Amino acid sequence: MSDEKRATGTVYERFQASDDFQELKRRFRRFAFPMTAAFLVWYLLYVVLSGWARDFMGVKLFSSANIALIFGLLQFVSTFAIAWLYARHAERKLDPLADKVRGGVEAEAAAAHRDDLGKAEDAR
Amino acid sequence: MSHETLSILLFLAFVAATLAITVWASRNTKDATDYYAGGRSFSGVQNGLAIGGDYMSAASFLGIAGLIALYGYDGFLYSIGFLVAWLVALLLVAELLRNSGRFTMADVLAFRMSPRPVRTAAGVSTIVVSIFYLLAQMVGAGALVALLFGFTSDFAKGATIALVGILMIVYVVFGGMKGTTWVQIVKAVLLMTGATLVTLLVLGEFGFNVFSLMQDAADQSGKGEAFLEPGLRYGTEEQGLSGKLDLVSLGLALVLGTAGLPHILIRFYTVPTSRDARKSVLWGIGIIGAFYLITLVLGFGAAALVGTEEIRSANAAGNTAAPQLAQRVGELVFGDVGGTVLLAVIAAVAFATILAVVAGLTLASSSSYAHDLYAHVFKRGKATERDEVRVARISAFVIGAVAIVLGIFAQRLNVAFLVALAFAVAASGNLPAILYSLFWRRFNTAGAVSAIYGGLGAALFLVFFSPVVSGSEKALFTGADFDWFPLENPGLVSIPIGFFCGWLGTILSKEHNAEKYAEIEVRSMTGAGAEQASQH
Repeated sequence: MSDEKRATGTVYERFQASDDFQELKRRFRRFAFPMTAAFLVWYLLYVVLSGWARDFMGVKLFSSANIALIFGLLQFVSTFAIAWLYARHAERKLDPLADKVRGGVEAEAAAAHRDDLGKAEDAR
Repeated sequence: MSHETLSILLFLAFVAATLAITVWASRNTKDATDYYAGGRSFSGVQNGLAIGGDYMSAASFLGIAGLIALYGYDGFLYSIGFLVAWLVALLLVAELLRNSGRFTMADVLAFRMSPRPVRTAAGVSTIVVSIFYLLAQMVGAGALVALLFGFTSDFAKGATIALVGILMIVYVVFGGMKGTTWVQIVKAVLLMTGATLVTLLVLGEFGFNVFSLMQDAADQSGKGEAFLEPGLRYGTEEQGLSGKLDLVSLGLALVLGTAGLPHILIRFYTVPTSRDARKSVLWGIGIIGAFYLITLVLGFGAAALVGTEEIRSANAAGNTAAPQLAQRVGELVFGDVGGTVLLAVIAAVAFATILAVVAGLTLASSSSYAHDLYAHVFKRGKATERDEVRVARISAFVIGAVAIVLGIFAQRLNVAFLVALAFAVAASGNLPAILYSLFWRRFNTAGAVSAIYGGLGAALFLVFFSPVVSGSEKALFTGADFDWFPLENPGLVSIPIGFFCGWLGTILSKEHNAEKYAEIEVRSMTGAGAEQASQH
């Protein structure tokens, strides 16, 4: 094991460098990072308008509903929608790939465990 | 029968049920995984309910309904930050934490860093955040009993705080995470049922027309249209720029703090896989979102049916708006008996709410003391599991006792700001450390320690010199005047400081462990080598 380790790194380093894992990471980050930025900006916009654009927020749209109320309710809608989109993205794009990489890591760990019971004890 | 007697009977029924659960849980708590993480055997739905039970405090239930009843729109504005915050937990934290940690927040940090300094920092931060939050809830319990039962003497308030504290100690010491989780599930179901019932009755009074409810609320408030617009409570025109910046600061702390609150983070360890963690946050978002929409109806309903003046004369902060509304709408629909019953139900639910939240906080802080400080710092990882759980139980007892004493001592002080401060510390210290740790390859021990102490220190320092501690009528120390920092909420300044300290500490230190980063990255993203559920 030690020669192999020097040549190509630990099991985790090898899987980290694999195409599958890099693709998984890309798919995760491409969704999660821009989405986080988007909902933070969307929320801060709402808070800032509530502080500094009160005339605008007070404009009546219909009945007793003004822009402030609709904007607030839209924060609920966007939160539910983003949660749903993330769940769908994760199930379709992330979970299958994560399972594949995990299968690989665990198969290798099991093989190493058979080879060398002493050393292959998992990192923790 | 008076509503007080009925309330006490309902509350006793809740206590009896939860104590039975605690006995069951203690028989099924055999090892550390059971005690700290409920054997990781809760389903996503169960944990979603428990997340709701852990998060929806009496401050949310009574406080936000009261804010809306007195200040209209601004109470609603306040509630939104609490919900949006869950997206940070869902997208960036819950699943990755479940895959790479075991029992506490510090597990994730200690994974690829020098364990003793980062566990010390994370343990200190966990205990500080949890105790602040706990203290605010305990003092709130004392105030609540005075409001609902008319017990105004300090002795009655102190006795209530002691009773809440003793029950919370029993749940946590004997029931561990299993008992605590079930208490939170039961509470979430009771709270949602009670609040939904009142909401439906209120809407019924207005022909299920929310807009006519709001119009009535605005007319009753005496503020007219301004009641439906932002600006009556936060960042009022008289407060000027600092008031408006305070609004942004509060919003930031709420949104970024939730995913750094230790008692929330440990909930993700109670499920078998990261996918269940995801599912539990989705359920949590659904329940919490529904709850804040219900609160909107409760708040406007209280303004419309009870009236702002009557609410304010019962409690200046509006904390009795929801119980007052329950009584009024019960009377309107079912007559006097209905009013008494509904008031008693809501009062008992409010107590159940406090108990579930304080139990979660005590568990989080005692787990961190035992697992992070005792087992890994003092004993350098050489403590046995049995020993660790014993210390966790002892520390739950000690923390509970300290909270009772501090709660009784602080009952005449205005400590409501401690909840916002806990969110600010969590957002400024814990969140940067967790996010850098999960996503930044270069991050290291010096960075983690600087982020936590920097964020924690900045938040505490700024609050100490803010108007909530001195220099105003509502301050902690009314006689003194050293409030040179103008914002009540330090987040706007302390959160950037926390992230900056984490970055600076990292680049100033040469330490960097690529091998361990590869491991945490692969494990957190795929679940390889993640802790399994117990098999008994």
